[in-house]
Amino acid sequence: MPAVQETVEKVRAIDVDQYKYGFSTDLEVDKAPVGLNEDIVRLISAKKNEPEWMLEWRLDAYRRWLTMREPTWARVSYPPIDFNGIHYYAAPKLNAAPKSLDEVDPAILETYKKLGIPLREQEILAGVQTSKVAVDAVFDSVSVVTTFKEELKKAGVIFCSISEAIREYPDLVRKYLGSVVPVTDNFYATLNTAVFTDGSFVYVPKGVRCPMELSTYFRINEKNTGQFERTLIIAEEGAYVSYLEGCTAPQRDENQLHAAVVELVALDDAEIKYSTVQNWYPGDAEGKGGVYNFVTKRGDCRGRNSKISWTQVETGSAITWKYPSCILRGEGSRGEFYSIAVSNGMQQVDSGTKMIHLGKNTTSRIISKGISAGRSQNTYRGQVSAHRKATGARNFTNCDSLLIGSACGAHTVPYMESKNASAVFEHEATTSKISEDQMFYCQQRGLSAEEATALIVNGFVKDVLQQLPMEFAVEAQKLISISLEGSVG
Amino acid sequence: MLEIRNLHVQIEDKKILNGLTLTVNDGEVAAIMGPNGSGKSTLSYVIAGKEDYEVLDGEILLDGQNLLEMEPDQRAAAGVFLAFQYPLEIPGVATMTFLKAAMNAQRKQRGEDELATPDFMKRVRAAADKLQIGQDMLKRALNVGFSGGEKKRMEILQMALLEPRFCILDETDSGLDIDALKIAADGVNALRGGERSFLVITHYQRLLNYIVPDSVHVMAAGKVVRSGGKELALELEANGYADYRSQAA
Repeated sequence: MPAVQETVEKVRAIDVDQYKYGFSTDLEVDKAPVGLNEDIVRLISAKKNEPEWMLEWRLDAYRRWLTMREPTWARVSYPPIDFNGIHYYAAPKLNAAPKSLDEVDPAILETYKKLGIPLREQEILAGVQTSKVAVDAVFDSVSVVTTFKEELKKAGVIFCSISEAIREYPDLVRKYLGSVVPVTDNFYATLNTAVFTDGSFVYVPKGVRCPMELSTYFRINEKNTGQFERTLIIAEEGAYVSYLEGCTAPQRDENQLHAAVVELVALDDAEIKYSTVQNWYPGDAEGKGGVYNFVTKRGDCRGRNSKISWTQVETGSAITWKYPSCILRGEGSRGEFYSIAVSNGMQQVDSGTKMIHLGKNTTSRIISKGISAGRSQNTYRGQVSAHRKATGARNFTNCDSLLIGSACGAHTVPYMESKNASAVFEHEATTSKISEDQMFYCQQRGLSAEEATALIVNGFVKDVLQQLPMEFAVEAQKLISISLEGSVG
Repeated sequence: MLEIRNLHVQIEDKKILNGLTLTVNDGEVAAIMGPNGSGKSTLSYVIAGKEDYEVLDGEILLDGQNLLEMEPDQRAAAGVFLAFQYPLEIPGVATMTFLKAAMNAQRKQRGEDELATPDFMKRVRAAADKLQIGQDMLKRALNVGFSGGEKKRMEILQMALLEPRFCILDETDSGLDIDALKIAADGVNALRGGERSFLVITHYQRLLNYIVPDSVHVMAAGKVVRSGGKELALELEANGYADYRSQAA
């Protein structure tokens, strides 16, 4: 049937390089010279007006980093990264910190508009809507604008850039920064410690339920700028906070390195919910030019009955290396990991989680949905361990892979280790393919091949999407469909 | 009007249809009967546009449009509906969601506006009630864990909602007890009328007691070997397919 052939050709033409958010904004930029040495570390610290102890911390990390090697155990391959070929600092030039959105560079606002983040609208709507989203917009390493600060202040919640927190709340920062991800945790985390330029800081005091979802939109914009974000979230006794992180990046030829560190600390009876939609540029059809996403995310359930929940929708990046984890230290604490990882084109994903059961009666739950299409490779790597004192520890893991086409790969690498005889770990895993019969059935009802794929995939990931806040779930669903365009045929 | 002319089809080098010719007029209910392996299901798949089947010769026209040049979803939008013998399961997709996606996809192809949710709900509820399909079933993932009878009723529900021009029922009676069969048949009969025509594929005469055809066609070895009125079905019931088997060979 010639019509079929024509469609196949057409579908092939729609490819990953038609990246929906591939544009950049021209802004004046204040940039550090290319390369990395102690002077660059000092420059970053000086630009941020940091106290001496912070500079010392960075320099210590830098010196340790020089002795470390890149990890090679992940199932990903890429040419060597020239760490001296990257600008480690870039900031949009601003005359003064903006007091409201009106003072923000219109070009930035325009960029956000293209991305579908109506900042301005959000503020206007703030008074009428019941569900409020505060956006700490990170634009090329510097927080340009922070909204809703006043309202959060009333509740006693601190939500600001990490740079500001270092200056304004040094005691809190000193107490917790690096306490979950130590300086020498891994190559990329150590690098981040030396050169991080900005990120978010959240502190929710005792007994406070954060009155709104906190949201940060990250965005890489400046050419050749490594992005080293640092996020620290602390929930005091009985506190609750839900944090949303979403990323989109413009199209680039050079590879962009992104090595963020996120640390969460939950004290007694506290709960932190951290949701991510990640959509960095995945590279062109040959995998050229995509973002390298080497992220360290870890939560510490430090208090009794505390809870940390990670939900992630990963659709972007050429390479993803990411294992949001929970240290279940407090008795009766709980860790959750819900993940959708979509790979298409030449993308490589090696992602999963670690649930480290240290305390008594700690529980964890892992639901991972991997979708591979094109010529991509998608690996789930997860570790569940119970230490000697973790009496009554329980884990449930469900790990499903869906293959679209026959040139992609799905891999599952679970590690399990129990040093306590009373621990109970369950692991379920399935791998399936969208069947031609399912496709035909949907098409017979009038859905195009792409619509049919999107529908079947959405059914596959439903359990995880349900964990996301409503607005985010809708966005994520759209993103998954966009990411899989060109995968049928 | 559906016209099939001199249709030759093979799958993986095996010839299934050998010059099949058949016309179904507007408003007509045509029954196709025949022994196992005579090509009945292949015929339904080829009309609906399933891949895997290679059309060597012949044509299929629906109101003069050449179906063979259209994708399965385009054929659906043009009014072709196939009630599957074995409906597929779509895990995680609520039946309601699927119905809405299908209806709106067809409307989009035809250049019509999407259905408003209240309108959609009203239509679904009305059609579901007639088929004794409860609200809870509509909330469950499509066909997942449905009984044989539930799956077939769900096919008829989709048929009712999509308002097709030309319906194919592929062994809708298989696996149904008599009560389920009656519900399904009533559902189909309610859709009869106007220009809508049906191709009812079945092994047994039983279904035709409930869905009374205007014409009966006997298939053997990939073509129609005999056509007649509804009395032909009774004759087949009495004598079996033995005569046609030898005739085809």
